[in-house]
Amino acid sequence: MDIKVDVRQTDGASGVSVVDLNGEIDVYTSPKVKETITDLIDKGHYSLVINLENVRYIDSTGLGVLIGGLKRVREHSGTVHLVCTNPQIKKIFDITGLAKIFGIFDSEQAACASL
Amino acid sequence: MRQPLSPQSGANKSRRVELHIPAEPEWVGVARLTAAGIASRLDFSIEDLEDLKLAVAEACNCCIQNGGDGDLSMACELQSDHIAIAVERRGALAKPGARQPASGDDAELGGLGVFLIRALMDDVVYSSDQTGTRLTLIKRLGK
Repeated sequence: MDIKVDVRQTDGASGVSVVDLNGEIDVYTSPKVKETITDLIDKGHYSLVINLENVRYIDSTGLGVLIGGLKRVREHSGTVHLVCTNPQIKKIFDITGLAKIFGIFDSEQAACASL
Repeated sequence: MRQPLSPQSGANKSRRVELHIPAEPEWVGVARLTAAGIASRLDFSIEDLEDLKLAVAEACNCCIQNGGDGDLSMACELQSDHIAIAVERRGALAKPGARQPASGDDAELGGLGVFLIRALMDDVVYSSDQTGTRLTLIKRLGK
């Protein structure tokens, strides 16, 4: 049970940072995700796409990290969009009401295009 | 692989499995996978098993965050039509101020975790006092 975190910048001048997550985001692994997102924001990246396509599991600590990131980028008029097609994970965003707060997209292309 | 228990098999029998693990984040995954493995002995859907995994993990998180000086214990009891999972950590709660949340975001986590448990399980009993934190989660078949 681990999480792999990769960060890349999209082509073009839009300045979107994509965070690819692969694995499980839980109380043990979420500090690593938080550190990555915090580091990006500290460096002035306020348009983030967090790709959850390869995330098999997320708990409230993982949701908390995403909420924290969104709050921080919004202070700089930025936003966080999520890429997620896993029905179980989408369900968690639905029942917590977070689906209305985050932009959730079926593809990275769609998420980046809407930023 | 053994066949899942049907609701009719051993209708009046209960089957109880206990797990004791350190109250540390890296062990929560063991608890949630164990609970799902035990629950799969009943005829739960994959979605129900995923819900159960998340609820058990949140219960463990809650016990860890509340503090205490004991290990985490989880007792799973299979009945013919439901599973009851009791998660407990004995010991005094962390003193006020001893584990202050680092930020407002973190302060909301306990609430979000308990909210998820209540949303995903059929019944939840939660108590937390100076003797420890206990959550009992019940998931019924076919609901």
